[in-house]
Amino acid sequence: MPEPVLSIRDLVVEFSTEDGVVQAVDGISYDLYPGETLGIVGESGSGKSVSTMSLLGLIPQPPGKVVRGEAFYKGTDLLKISKKELRHIRGNEIALIFQDPMTSLNPVLKIGAQIGEAIRTHHPDEKDDRIKERGIELLRTVGVPNPDRRYEQYPHEFSGGMRQRAMIAMSIANSPSVLIADEPTTALDVTIQAQILQVLKKAQDETHAATILITHDLGLIAELADRVVVMYAGKIVELGEVHTIFESPRHPYTVGLMESLPKLNADDDWLRPIPGQPPSLISRPPGCPFHPRCFLSQGRIRCREEEPPLRPIGGSSHLTACHFAEELEGHTGPLVEPVGAGV
Amino acid sequence: MLTYIIRRVLYSIPVLVATSFLIFTFVSISGDPLGRLRANPNITQQQFHSIEHSKNLDRPIVVRYGYWVKDAVTNQFGTTLFGQRKIWPDLRRVMGHTLQFVLTAIILSVIIGVSIGVYSALRQYSAFDYATTTISFVGFATPVFWLALMLQVVVVNIFLKWHVRVFYTSGLSSPFPGHGIHWFIDRVQHLALPVIALCILGVAGYSRYMRASMLEVLNSDFVRTARAKGLIERRVIMKHAFRNALIPLITLVALDFGAIFAGAIVTETIFTLDGMGFYFINALQASDPYPVMAWLMVVATMVIVFNLIADILYGVFDPRIRYD
Amino acid sequence: MTDQPRVHDPKVPGGLVLGPDVEVDVPAGGGQMFDRAVPTDSSGLTYEYGLEIEARSQWGYARRRFMRHRLAVVSVVVLTGIFAAGIFANYIAPYSYKEIPYITIAGTSVIDTSQILAHPSRQHLFGTDSAGRDTFSRTLYGIRTSARVGIFVGLLSTLIGTIIGGLAGFYGGWSDNLLMRMTDLFLTLPLLAVLLTASKFLDSSTPTTLAILIACLIWTSIARIVRGVFLSLREKEYVEAARAAGAGDLRIMLRHMIPNSVGPIVVAATLTIGTAIALEATLSFLGFGIRPPTPALGALLDEGQEAGLDKWWLVTYPGLLIVLIILCINFIGDGLRDALDPTQRRVRA
Repeated sequence: MPEPVLSIRDLVVEFSTEDGVVQAVDGISYDLYPGETLGIVGESGSGKSVSTMSLLGLIPQPPGKVVRGEAFYKGTDLLKISKKELRHIRGNEIALIFQDPMTSLNPVLKIGAQIGEAIRTHHPDEKDDRIKERGIELLRTVGVPNPDRRYEQYPHEFSGGMRQRAMIAMSIANSPSVLIADEPTTALDVTIQAQILQVLKKAQDETHAATILITHDLGLIAELADRVVVMYAGKIVELGEVHTIFESPRHPYTVGLMESLPKLNADDDWLRPIPGQPPSLISRPPGCPFHPRCFLSQGRIRCREEEPPLRPIGGSSHLTACHFAEELEGHTGPLVEPVGAGV
Repeated sequence: MLTYIIRRVLYSIPVLVATSFLIFTFVSISGDPLGRLRANPNITQQQFHSIEHSKNLDRPIVVRYGYWVKDAVTNQFGTTLFGQRKIWPDLRRVMGHTLQFVLTAIILSVIIGVSIGVYSALRQYSAFDYATTTISFVGFATPVFWLALMLQVVVVNIFLKWHVRVFYTSGLSSPFPGHGIHWFIDRVQHLALPVIALCILGVAGYSRYMRASMLEVLNSDFVRTARAKGLIERRVIMKHAFRNALIPLITLVALDFGAIFAGAIVTETIFTLDGMGFYFINALQASDPYPVMAWLMVVATMVIVFNLIADILYGVFDPRIRYD
Repeated sequence: MTDQPRVHDPKVPGGLVLGPDVEVDVPAGGGQMFDRAVPTDSSGLTYEYGLEIEARSQWGYARRRFMRHRLAVVSVVVLTGIFAAGIFANYIAPYSYKEIPYITIAGTSVIDTSQILAHPSRQHLFGTDSAGRDTFSRTLYGIRTSARVGIFVGLLSTLIGTIIGGLAGFYGGWSDNLLMRMTDLFLTLPLLAVLLTASKFLDSSTPTTLAILIACLIWTSIARIVRGVFLSLREKEYVEAARAAGAGDLRIMLRHMIPNSVGPIVVAATLTIGTAIALEATLSFLGFGIRPPTPALGALLDEGQEAGLDKWWLVTYPGLLIVLIILCINFIGDGLRDALDPTQRRVRA
């Protein structure tokens, strides 16, 4: 087993708000191995974005605070190093791709200038024309037509898909070891989403970077991810290889997520949402955070009083945080076609 | 870019024309220029009618407008109604004086206001922020004339008590100001208080606006991207946040330009400066419509020109506007 | 409790139905979860968890938000006090507006020169002017005039602005264009200059006429705001629905659009009152506004200036009061904005 390039241990992030302290991330731990794509799935408010942004110190510190935890990147704890050192890592070793490319690019600067800036910050001695060459090259890699002309244009002259390509180009400019893509396709049209998927794959191939893919879109996970982390209410509730998770989900939340997607091949009259609302992150009731909405729990006392630890089930690489995960044994994931008899 | 500029210039022309008509109609209708003469028992009906005729005042308004425009363009706004004094030379002289201190006030208030606003945004909720916000609120609530008066009061009382002349409280220059640097210092001493009076309102407004604009930009996604790229904080703030936050301020300054002249009217009256404001008040008190019209026309033209410059500047700073 | 896994039966919809006028007081964070366990029955229904709902009307909610703005609340108190003092000046003022102190010397009434230009004291809180009149009383009377003018302008300009702006925003097209061009033209000329010209050539010596004049020139800012709101409201679904149900234009405007634009209108109207008071003071100071014998704060300052700047109290106190009034109005406007227009992502002052 190769060494993980990123190791997160017991990360806790809080936000102080008018109504109280919000526990956005409540003790998560996972590893990221070189070259792999780790998908993080969850609803809004599950803490998936906050957990990665806090690694790079991008959480505004007055309301936000990393209470405890460790995040080892190639031996260095990102949560303990100085701002200066962190800056060297941002955009250089660990790069971010954001959700909405329209608002994530500076509207008054040329695209080329912004890409060039990404390069120049970490390679200050490079010559200007070399930087421009590299920038145009990057645009070509991500599939922007007429890259030399586009280099001199402004973001509003790009279409949505092209802007996201430019963002991806910017992120791989310094050949990072880790790419974090936060909902990269959510703001785009469905048809463009497929294209951007291809670009992401290409970016991964070019840089051999380990990728963290944050999304609520299970389809994206199925396409790109090697392993999956399922988050709920700031905690990891399930973790495993992508096939395992899809074929045999072992947490009622994961099951619920998959069930709530409409399926082409089934003939349902009703959609099946997960009933209830996500919990308040301010005052957590004891026990499992999911139990009020859980079909498996059915009000059992253990669910209500004892918080389930993240523990292995059926093999060391599949983890679940449910007391009664074993009861899901034998259940095939609702999104997987049942294998016909005789095949 | 060029088409944008040309289009803005062309657009300004009908505005100018419409404004001139508006001014003329408004002043002519609201004031009866011959009211005093009418009331004067010494003038016979015949004399009255001949005066009326010679000034074309017995014609319909559109015709009178035409005469006025002709007069304005060819004869430099002609002469005053009473006293037959040429309008333009006076107006030009006072314009120079007023622009001296109005432009200084604008530049100073922008620089100071923007700096305070940016700093307040960066140090939100600090003591500095609260202090400047409070001062801004008070500044908004203070009528310019009272501020000018209070400045005068303070300086005069300091002089009376301690015999120290900090600034002058009236006039543009001392009787014998000297040349070169001496003249300059003397002028500064005279204009300091009026400039301060005009500045305060501007500083209050711009600092608040800049603060709000800056805070909004600092929360935007592209600033987050800039940080995520690993840029040093100073560059994030200056190159990304500040540049974007500054753009809407341009429009604000342009809109304020007209209001500055209102402030100038008041301040010049209080400090007895030989400027446009003082000229205007005197013309009004004499009920003389022609200098009033000329004044309004000149001010309107300056405002339109200034707005044009601001629009062009906006296009320079914000590329999204250029391709309108 | 069995150990058999149950497949959940999601016949329970997940949402809450809200009435059109009820705002749910949901605290930030998504709502409390209460353990209202519903025992499972044979149909296998799951647990039901509800949100703590406290229904409040819209106005109650707005009032609560306003109360949070402490400065605004204080300002309401202070301003009410000041205006009340002005309105009841007859009863409160220790001296009358014109009262000149006389003493009798040798059987004849002569002006008491010892009282002229007196410093502030217990008898004369704000001192006296060059004729011995009590500045405090005169200030009180002046406040009454300012309040009259301010409120009248506020109401009238709001009326004009709402009607014109509303029509322009609702109908759009050329009427909207016309309005916009007109307001643009108004903007090229400084308001004070136009006001001075108008007040000189037209008669504006009484508070009422001056107020009408100011209102006629100031309505453009409110019109702009109302136009903007109506333009955006025009596209809302409930307007379409009302139209589909056969409602006429007037009914739509009165029943749907105006109630929803009350917030910005009230805020703008409040701030207009402040502007009007400042304008009235400036005008009277320059000698163009309200003429004597009607009391006016600006006129007081004018006389004060003429008396000589070393008599600083004549200029300071009435002016401070003007500043205080306008400051309170601004704070109240700020609080109203927070209360009525919370969607505006404003940064708290």
